Amino acid sequence: MSDVSVQEPAKSPPPERKGEAREEGNRWAAYLPTIKTTVAAVVLALLIGALLIIFSTPRVIESLKYFFSYPWDFFKFAGIAVWDGYTALVKGSVGSWNSIERTLERAAPLICAGLGVSLAFRSGLFNIGAQGQMLAGAIAAGYVGFHFDFPPGLHLLLAAVAAIAAGAVWGGIAGWLKAATGAHEVISTIMLNYVARFLMIYLLGKELFQRPNSNDRLSPPPAESATFPQVFGVHTGVLLAFLAALGVWWLLERSTTGFEMRAVGANPSAAATAGMHVQRTYFLAMALAGALAGLAAVMQILGQQDSLTENVAGTVGFDAITVALLGRATTLGPVLGGLLFGALSSGGLAMQAAAGVPPELAQVLQALIVLFVAAPALVRGVLRVKAEGDGGTVLAKGWGG
Amino acid sequence: MKLEMRGLTRRFGSFTANDHIDLTIEPGEIHCLLGENGAGKSTLMNMLYGLLEPTEGEILVDGEPADFDTPGDAIAAGIGMVHQHFMLVPVFTVAENVMLGREQTRGLGILDRGKAAELVRELSTRYKLAVDPTALVENLPVGVQQRVEIIKALANEAKVLILDEPTAVLTPQEIDELMDIMRALKKQGTSIVFITHKLREVKAVGDKITVIRRGKVVGTASPDAPEAELAEMMVGRAVNLTVGKEPPKVGKPVLEVNGVTVVDDRGTTVVRDVSFDARGGEVLGIAGVQGNGQTELIKSLLGIIRPDAGKVLLEGQDISRHGPKDSLEAGIGYIPEDRAHDGYVSSFSVRENLVLDLYRRNDFSRGAALKLDAIEKNAKARIEEFDIRTENMNSSLASLSGGNQQKVVVAREFSRPLKVLIASQPTRGVDVGSIEFIHKRIIEERDRGTAVIIVSTELDEIYALSDRIAVMYDGRIVGTVTPDIPREQIGLLMAGAHDGHETQAHETQGGAA
Repeated sequence: MSDVSVQEPAKSPPPERKGEAREEGNRWAAYLPTIKTTVAAVVLALLIGALLIIFSTPRVIESLKYFFSYPWDFFKFAGIAVWDGYTALVKGSVGSWNSIERTLERAAPLICAGLGVSLAFRSGLFNIGAQGQMLAGAIAAGYVGFHFDFPPGLHLLLAAVAAIAAGAVWGGIAGWLKAATGAHEVISTIMLNYVARFLMIYLLGKELFQRPNSNDRLSPPPAESATFPQVFGVHTGVLLAFLAALGVWWLLERSTTGFEMRAVGANPSAAATAGMHVQRTYFLAMALAGALAGLAAVMQILGQQDSLTENVAGTVGFDAITVALLGRATTLGPVLGGLLFGALSSGGLAMQAAAGVPPELAQVLQALIVLFVAAPALVRGVLRVKAEGDGGTVLAKGWGG
Repeated sequence: MKLEMRGLTRRFGSFTANDHIDLTIEPGEIHCLLGENGAGKSTLMNMLYGLLEPTEGEILVDGEPADFDTPGDAIAAGIGMVHQHFMLVPVFTVAENVMLGREQTRGLGILDRGKAAELVRELSTRYKLAVDPTALVENLPVGVQQRVEIIKALANEAKVLILDEPTAVLTPQEIDELMDIMRALKKQGTSIVFITHKLREVKAVGDKITVIRRGKVVGTASPDAPEAELAEMMVGRAVNLTVGKEPPKVGKPVLEVNGVTVVDDRGTTVVRDVSFDARGGEVLGIAGVQGNGQTELIKSLLGIIRPDAGKVLLEGQDISRHGPKDSLEAGIGYIPEDRAHDGYVSSFSVRENLVLDLYRRNDFSRGAALKLDAIEKNAKARIEEFDIRTENMNSSLASLSGGNQQKVVVAREFSRPLKVLIASQPTRGVDVGSIEFIHKRIIEERDRGTAVIIVSTELDEIYALSDRIAVMYDGRIVGTVTPDIPREQIGLLMAGAHDGHETQAHETQGGAA
C-alpha cells in the first residue's frame, strides 16, 4: 500500500457545472436536500399527516356513510379532527413552558448526535454509528454515575467526560479502521452498533450493572451528584447541546483542523496534495463524531436521569442521521432539525392525550419528512417546481466552456 | 446535410451566453469553432444537440426549421456528438456500448451481440477506426474510447458530428490519428463541427473557421490565416505566442534526483532508475507521451508517492521519505497534472483555495484558528495580481472557467518563496490569453533563481519554456537534449526509438548548456 492511499470515486467530477453551489465534490453531498425541498418536505408531510388524522378519526369515517346526503358533516368533522390534532401537536411541543421543557430535553440528544453525523459528513464520512457511539457513552456515563461517589459537580464532570471519551473511542475505532485498512465506515459503524448493543446487554446481566432487587435488565439510576441541576424545570445539560453546536461551527468554519476536514471531505486527493494528512483527518473526524454522540448519551443519562437499559438510546442514534441530513450537514441545520424532531416527539404525546390521535402519527410525520427529503424529485413533482439547473442532465462542457 | 443556425441566442438570467449566432455547416466540411474557455462554444453545441433550449433564433436542417427538444430529436435528425467526458459504460464491451439504447434482439429478448459487433466492424473498416468490438471499454486507452464514441454516433447515422474539444484528453500521437479519422469521415461526406482552442489543430484539418468571443461570432477565417491573427481574433487583443525570455543564469543544482524507482499498486515498475538535477535559474522540461511515468515521477518528487528506491535531495537533504507537507514547507511549489483532481477543491471558494496548502503558515493561522482577515487580504491581492476572473472571492471554484481555475492553482503556488517549482501540464485546457500569462510567470520565477521543472505532453510548451529537455519513455529518461534540436528527434525519443550513441551525444551537449 502506498502511503497516501486515497479512496476516491473512479472519476473526478466534471470540472464545470455552473450554477451549482452545492458541495459537489463531497461524495455524499448528493444526498443533501436544498432548503426549499426541506421546507417543502415538512409541509407535504403535514398535509399527508392531516389525511391520516382524518381517516383515523371514527367520527369522520362515520360521516362518510351519509356523505352524499349530507357532505357538510364530513368536512366539518374532518376539519375539527385536523385542527384538534395539530393544535394539540403545537401546544404539546411549544404551547406551554412544560411542553417547551419536554421539547428541549428531547431535542438535546438529537442535536448532539446530529452534529456528530454532520461533522463526519463534512469530512466525507457517512457515520451510521451514532447509535453505537451513544450506547458506549451511556455505559460509561451510567457506570461512573451510579457506581462512584464523588462530590457533586466533580462527579457530573467525570461522568460526562467518561461518556464523551467512550463515544470518541467507539467512533475512533471506525475511523482508525478506515485510516489504517480502508475499511468502509458505513459497514464498520453498523457493525459497531451491534457490538455496542450486545456489550450493553452483556453488562446489564452482570452484578456490577444490575439494579438491586430488580429482575429486569436495568441499572441503578445515576447518583444525584452526577446529574445536571434543573433550572426552570429543564436540566442545564441542554445548554451544552447548544454550546456543542457553537463549538462544531467554530471548528469547521474557523479552525485549521476544520479546514482540513472540509477539504478532505470534498476532495481527498487535492487535500493530500496540499499536504494534509487524509488518514489522520478521517480518524479525528470519526473520534469527534463519536464524542458528540457520547455527549448525546450524557443528555439522556445525566440530564434526563435515565437508567441504563438496552433501549436507553431509543432510536436517537438513527434519528440523528435524519436530523443531520435534514440540516444539510451544516452546523445550524442539525440544531433546527433536532428541535423539530424534539417538538414532534413531544407534541405527539399531547396529540394522543388531547385529540385521541395515535402517538405513532408523530413518528409517521417524521418518517414522511425523511421520505420527502430523500426524494427531492418527488417533492418537486408534487409541487411542480421546475428543476432549475439542478436536474441530472449532464451538459457538454469544455474545459472552460 | 446542411445545418444552419440563425440568430441563435441563449440567455441565463441576465447573462447572454450566446448572442445571435449565425452559423452554417455545409455538407462534408470540417468546420472549426474556435474560442477561449467560456466563449460560449459549448452552450451553442448544447442547443444544437437538444440539451438546451434556445431563447431566440432557429435551427434549420437542409433549409427546414427543426426543433430539438431532446438529444433524441437531434440524433434522429442526423446530429451526433462526442462529449469531452465520454458517455460510455466502462464494464461493457465496445459492441455493447454501441448497441446501448438501440438493442437488437433475436426474439425472446436475447441480445444480438453478434450483429452489433458486425456493425462496429463494418463502421471501423469503412472509416478506418481501428477498434476491437469485443474489448471492454475500461481496458481501452482514452484515444480508442473516443473512437468508440465516434462509432456510436455513426451507428446512429450521424451526418453532422460535433466533437467537443476532442484533443484535450489525447496524446500527440492520438491527436494525429484523430485528424486522420476526421479526414476519412469528411471524405465519406460527414460534416464535422470541431470545437477547440488549439490553433495548430484548426490549421491542420479545418476547412472553415468561425471564431466566437463572449458569445458572439467575431469573424470567420480560412485555415491558412496566420496563427497570430487567429489568436488575436479569439482573445480580442494581440497575443504574444512566443515566450520572451533571456538566456538562463544557471545556478547550483537545487533538486537532485538519484535513481528514483516507483512501483505502482499493480506491481508494474512505472519509474525506472531516474536521475537528474534541476538547477536554479533554469527550466528543465520533461517531455514524453502521457503514461510514461512522468505522473508518478513528479508525485514522488513531492512525496505524494514514496519512491521504492532512490533519493530526492533538496539542497543536499534527502526529502524522499518526507510527505507532501514537509516538501511543500521546504520550498517546493507544485502544480499538479490533473487540477480538478489534485489541485483544488471545487466546492471551496476562491479565497479558501488560494490558501489550500498555505493555511498552516503563521501568515494565515494562529494556533488552531484561521486568520480570516489575512486569508481575505491574500485572496484580494492574488485575484488582482493574477487577473483571476471570478464574481467574487467567495465564489466556488466550480463556477470558474478552466483557465481561471488553473490561475488559482498557479497563483497559490507562486505566493510563497520557492526553491523548486514543479509544474505538470501547467496550461492544459487553458485558453491562449491565460497560457501567455502563466508562461510569463513561470519564466519570472526562473529568473528569480528557482529551479523549474515543467512536465508536458505538448511539445510546443516544452520548447517554449525549457532550457534543457529530458525525454521520458517507459519510465526512463531516454535522453537529455537542448531545445535547439529538431522536433522530429525529440519525437523519436518520445516514441522510444532512440539509439544509445546519439542520446549520449545530446546528453553531453545538454550538460554543457
